[in-house]
Amino acid sequence: MQRNSVAYILVFCAAICLVCSIVVSSTAVGLKERQDANKVLDRQKKVLSVASLMEDGALMTAEEVDALFKSRIKAVVVDLATGQVDQGTDPTTFDQLKAQKDPATSKAADKNRAGVTRVPNKGLVYQVSKAPCKGSCNKDESFQLDQYIFPVEGKGLWSTLYGFIAMAPDCNQIKGLTFYEHKETPGLGGEVDNPKWKAQWPGKLAFGALGSAPSTWGDTQVAVVKAKKKPEHDIDALAGATITGNGVTYLIRFWLGENGFGKYIHNVAVRPS
Amino acid sequence: MAASRKSVLLDPLIENNPIGLQVLGICSALAVTTKLETAAVMSVAVVAVMALSNLSISILRNFIPPSIRIIVQLTIIASLVIMTDQILQAFLFETSKQLSVFVGLIITNCIVMGRAEAFAMQNSPIDSLIDGVGNGLGYGLVLFLVGFARELFGSGSLFGVSVLPLASEGGWYQPNGLMVLSPAAFFLIAGFIWFVRTIRPDQVTED
Repeated sequence: MQRNSVAYILVFCAAICLVCSIVVSSTAVGLKERQDANKVLDRQKKVLSVASLMEDGALMTAEEVDALFKSRIKAVVVDLATGQVDQGTDPTTFDQLKAQKDPATSKAADKNRAGVTRVPNKGLVYQVSKAPCKGSCNKDESFQLDQYIFPVEGKGLWSTLYGFIAMAPDCNQIKGLTFYEHKETPGLGGEVDNPKWKAQWPGKLAFGALGSAPSTWGDTQVAVVKAKKKPEHDIDALAGATITGNGVTYLIRFWLGENGFGKYIHNVAVRPS
Repeated sequence: MAASRKSVLLDPLIENNPIGLQVLGICSALAVTTKLETAAVMSVAVVAVMALSNLSISILRNFIPPSIRIIVQLTIIASLVIMTDQILQAFLFETSKQLSVFVGLIITNCIVMGRAEAFAMQNSPIDSLIDGVGNGLGYGLVLFLVGFARELFGSGSLFGVSVLPLASEGGWYQPNGLMVLSPAAFFLIAGFIWFVRTIRPDQVTED
């Protein structure tokens, strides 16, 4: 057959595509388990890092991370509609992101500026203990709460940002914000990972004045802005990343608001004495 | 053949460096060289992709229809790059996160396709494999030198190990902020090209 005949070209294309797709898909499928394990480990590390239990980029083996995670962090499943802890669901196997995609366990979100399309019926909240628990925090009765960690997500410029926000027991004071997955422009929106920028978050107030009653709170006040006016709420924006910065503001407003963890927050918030 | 294979392997390091002489593959060289570790992993990834793409394209060179050869080359290169990316995500997760999109962008690295088109389409599989490794190493050499200078002077460390104690951490070294920004890579690559062309004046191009 002639190398330039249409039939030859079509057959050749089909053969190349078949071989290439088999190679690509077998690598992807074969390595999926390992990659997923890496992602779980990465998420555990980010939870520990946002809880300030572990430094960013600290060298720890998978077992050490897992042990630290078990000894300091308790996961609870929260019914977002009522704001009550759902005892019937096992938090160790509950996957909020999966629940969010499944129409049976989620509902369409009201129109919102965070670009969230579906909200899960139940959310996964991490509670950080003050001191290491005996065995696993999920069973330890003497668990003393130090921080709440809420998962957040929302649209930036190019991608959905997935992260965690850590809050003090009053659910007003922010302890930290970390994103574990996003595809924003490196150097611009990608600077949400910059430790210097993240260092602005601890101590900021999400809702109202320090010590104010949750019943007086409205929308979240904390915002990423260009010119800081309210030192207790405002975070300096990232240069060249207005849309990413706004995205961060909206995603926090959404997930700490009434469609997200708002009801739970109102139920559990402790007024600092 | 032995001598010429050696030159096929070693020429791209200095004599015919893909970045230095051909000025290909600059954009990823800017992006991944702030740290030596990412530069090293990127270099290994590029060597692997180039060796395999040159090898497979050379094996197929007598069967590829000339009218669609570029697309066929791209398909093969893209598949190899996706494979590399998957392997990095499975075994070097942290580094692969830092490299982010740039592993995927090896597909558009001009060196890979340039060598496939210019060398692998005309030469035997073994020679092409060696050429791929050689050019990958030539790219890696520049990445390594640039990464070395940028990490040392920009962050005071090498492979993440502190060498020059930083003033901000109680040491004496005030890091050069320019080094961690992309323009520094431009200056360093330009310096490299200048150096090579000074010792090898035959590389100087006519105006």
